[in-house]
Amino acid sequence: MPMKIGNQPFFDRVDEGINNDFMQNAVSSAQDGLRGRKLNATIYDKSLVDWEIWRSAGEEIRRHTLENLDYYLKQLSDNWAAKGGHVYFAETVEDAQHYIQKVVKQKNAKKVVKAKSMVTEEISLNEALEDIGCTVLETDLAEYILQVDNHDSPSHIVVPSLHKNRGQMRDALRKVGYKNSDKPEEIAAFARETLRQEFLDAEVGVTGCNFAIANTGSVSLVTNEGNANMVTSFPETQITVMGMERIVPSWEELDILVTLLCRSSVGQKLTTYVTGITPGENIEDVDSPKDFHLVIVDAGRSNALGTEFQSALHCIRCAACVNVCPVYRHIGGHAYGSIYPGPIGAVLSPILGGYEEYGKLPYASSLCAACTEACPVKIPLHELLIKHRQHIVNGEGHAPLSEKLAMKGFGIGASSPSLFKMATKLAPKAMKPLVKDGKISKGPGPMKPWTHGRDFPAPSSENFREWFKNHKKETKKGEE
Amino acid sequence: MIRLKVSLFITCLGELFYAKVGKDVTEILERLGCEVNFPKGQICCGQPAFNSGYLNDAKKAAKQMIRAFEDADYIVSPSGSCTTMFREYPKMFVDEPGWKLKAEAMADKTYEFTQFIVHVLGVEDLGAEYEAKATVHTSCHMSRLLGEKEAPFRLLKHVKGLEVIPLPNNYDCCGFGGTFSVKMSPISEEMVDEKVRHIEETEADLVIGSDCSCLMNIGGRINRKGKKIEVKHIAEILNHHVKGGSHHANENRESTLL
Repeated sequence: MPMKIGNQPFFDRVDEGINNDFMQNAVSSAQDGLRGRKLNATIYDKSLVDWEIWRSAGEEIRRHTLENLDYYLKQLSDNWAAKGGHVYFAETVEDAQHYIQKVVKQKNAKKVVKAKSMVTEEISLNEALEDIGCTVLETDLAEYILQVDNHDSPSHIVVPSLHKNRGQMRDALRKVGYKNSDKPEEIAAFARETLRQEFLDAEVGVTGCNFAIANTGSVSLVTNEGNANMVTSFPETQITVMGMERIVPSWEELDILVTLLCRSSVGQKLTTYVTGITPGENIEDVDSPKDFHLVIVDAGRSNALGTEFQSALHCIRCAACVNVCPVYRHIGGHAYGSIYPGPIGAVLSPILGGYEEYGKLPYASSLCAACTEACPVKIPLHELLIKHRQHIVNGEGHAPLSEKLAMKGFGIGASSPSLFKMATKLAPKAMKPLVKDGKISKGPGPMKPWTHGRDFPAPSSENFREWFKNHKKETKKGEE
Repeated sequence: MIRLKVSLFITCLGELFYAKVGKDVTEILERLGCEVNFPKGQICCGQPAFNSGYLNDAKKAAKQMIRAFEDADYIVSPSGSCTTMFREYPKMFVDEPGWKLKAEAMADKTYEFTQFIVHVLGVEDLGAEYEAKATVHTSCHMSRLLGEKEAPFRLLKHVKGLEVIPLPNNYDCCGFGGTFSVKMSPISEEMVDEKVRHIEETEADLVIGSDCSCLMNIGGRINRKGKKIEVKHIAEILNHHVKGGSHHANENRESTLL
C-alpha cells in the first residue's frame, strides 16, 4: 500500500523504535543540533526583525492560496500548457502511477533518475516504474544510501536517513562497493563518482516540487546537493510530481515561503540551490529537457478541503514540527508506519489514508504543542490531533469501549458538583488498599500502565474543602 | 487598601492528591492581601475528556465551571495546564454564542498562580527561604499555550538560599500528556526517563514545577528509580520559612509530591 511503511501493528513498531539505541541516539542528537540551528536562523536572527511577522505572512499566504486553490491550479496548468508542457491531474495514487508509467513507456525509457521527493514516495513511484521494467535510481545522497540498503524507508521528511549514523551509512554503501571510511567527504565523493554516469544514461528525470508558481507556470526546487539540477538537465524528459496544494500565486510569495522553509527545516538562510523551472524556457540549450510533464496529485487531499483539517494542507514540508517532537525523538520515523512521520504525519496520514490504517497516530502525542510553536506557517497541529480524536470518538474510527464508558462517567460527574465532591471524598478510602509507604507501585485498570515504570501518589489524607472551611473560620476569628 | 477578591481553582489533581499545594497557595495569596474564596461548585476543568476527543462531555464540565466561577473577580489556579484549559473554553463553544461570551469573560479573568502574583499583584519577592540546589521544570501548556515562561523564575530568584540550575532540554515534554501517559505508556515512560536523566545531570536535589500533573509524572519516575531528589510545587517553595507567615508556612511539612 502506498505511503505505508511496514506491516507490523503500531505498538510493535513503537517497541522496535524504543529498543533501538542507535536510532534513538542518532535522532536525539540530530534534533538537538537542528533545534539550535533553527533558533539561530529564526527568532535569534535580528536581520529578520521579528520572526513572528514572517510566520504570520506565511500563514496568510498559505490560507489565501488554499482558499482559492481552484483558481491557482487552473492558472498554473494553463500557463504550464501554454509553454508547451503537459499537465495531468491525478485524482488517485493509481492515476498518478499509470500516467507516469505511460509517459515512460512512450519514451522507451529504461533508466529513470530521481531527486528527493516525498510525494513520489507517497505514490510508490519507484515500485510502479520497476514493475514496468525500469531501473530507478535515487540521486539524493541520503535517499541513495537508503535505496542501496535493501530499499530502507525514509524516516524523516527532509533528512530521510536520520535514523542512521555515519557508520551505518558506510556499511550500507559497502553493498555497492564502497571501500573508504565513514567520513562525509569520502562518502559524498563516492556517490558523486558513481552517480555521474547514471545521470548521463537516464532518459527520464523525476523530481518533486517545493512550490509551483501559478502566474508564470513554473516549479521550484529547494535543494542542497545539486543532484536535482542534474536530474532536470541531462534527461530528455522531465516529470515533476507535486501535491496539489504545493502552489504559490507568484514569485513574491515564493520568496517568503522559501525563507520560511530553509530557515525552519535546516537552519539555513538559503539552501545551496533554489531552482526555478519553466517549460520551454531554455529549450534551445543543449542541457535542457525537451519534454515537460507536471503531475498534480490529489490522492486524498480533497478530503481536507473545506473541512476543519484544511490548514493541514498549508504544510510546506519543512519538518520543523518533526524536529521538535518528543514522541518522534523516542520512537523514530518508522514507528509511525507512514512516510509522513512526526506531528504533521500524525495529522496528514489519517486524512490521506484513513483511520483504519492510521487511527493510532493522532494519539501518539502528549499534546505538548512544541509542533504548533515550531510551525512556520502556524498550523495548529496539536489542535488538529484533538480534532482527529473527536472524529474517531464520533464513530469514524475505533475508540476503546472502556474509554467511552469512563468518559461517559466523567460527563455525568462533571455536570454534578455533589457527585464530584463525593468522589474526591471517597477516593482516599477506595485507594487505601493499594497504598504502600505513601505510594502506589502496582495499580489495577488504567493505573497499571502508569505503574509499570512510575509510582503513583497516595491521595491526600486531608480533604482540602474541609481544610478551607476551617481555615476561613479561624482567620475570621483572628480578625474579630 | 483594596483587597482583590480571588477565587481559587484548585484543580481535580490538586484536590485529590495535593491538598498541601492548595493550602500554600491560599496562605500566600492571603499574605499578599487577597481575599481568597473557594467556589464550591468547582469540579475538573474537563481537559481529560477534551484532549481525548470527547467534546460533549468536556463541554458539560466547562459549563459547570463557568457557572461555578461566574461571580469571580479573579480566578487563580496552581496549574498552568488547567489555566490554559479555562483560556481555551471559548473555542469549544463556537456553536453556542451565549456560552461563548461567558467563556470569554471567564478566560479573561483566569490566571495561573505565579502569573497572577507577578503580573497582576506586581510582586516578586515573597520573603521565602529554601536551602537547596534546584532545577525547574517548565511545563508545556504553561510556557507554550499560556505563554508564561518567566513568572516562576522571577519569583524563585528572590528565594533566599535557593540555587537554580538550568535544566538541559527543558523544552522537551516530560511525557505526562494526561491520558497519553496511560494510552501510550511505553512512549510516555521513555520521555519521563529522559527528563529524569537531564534532572540528574544538573545534580540538583530538588525539582520545582508549576503543574502538579507533570510533577506527579516526574516524581513517580524519580521515586521508582529510588533517587533522592525532592519534587515540589512552586507554591511549597514560596511559602517556606516566610517571616510573619502563618503557622503552616513555618512548619517543615512533608512533601506530598511523589
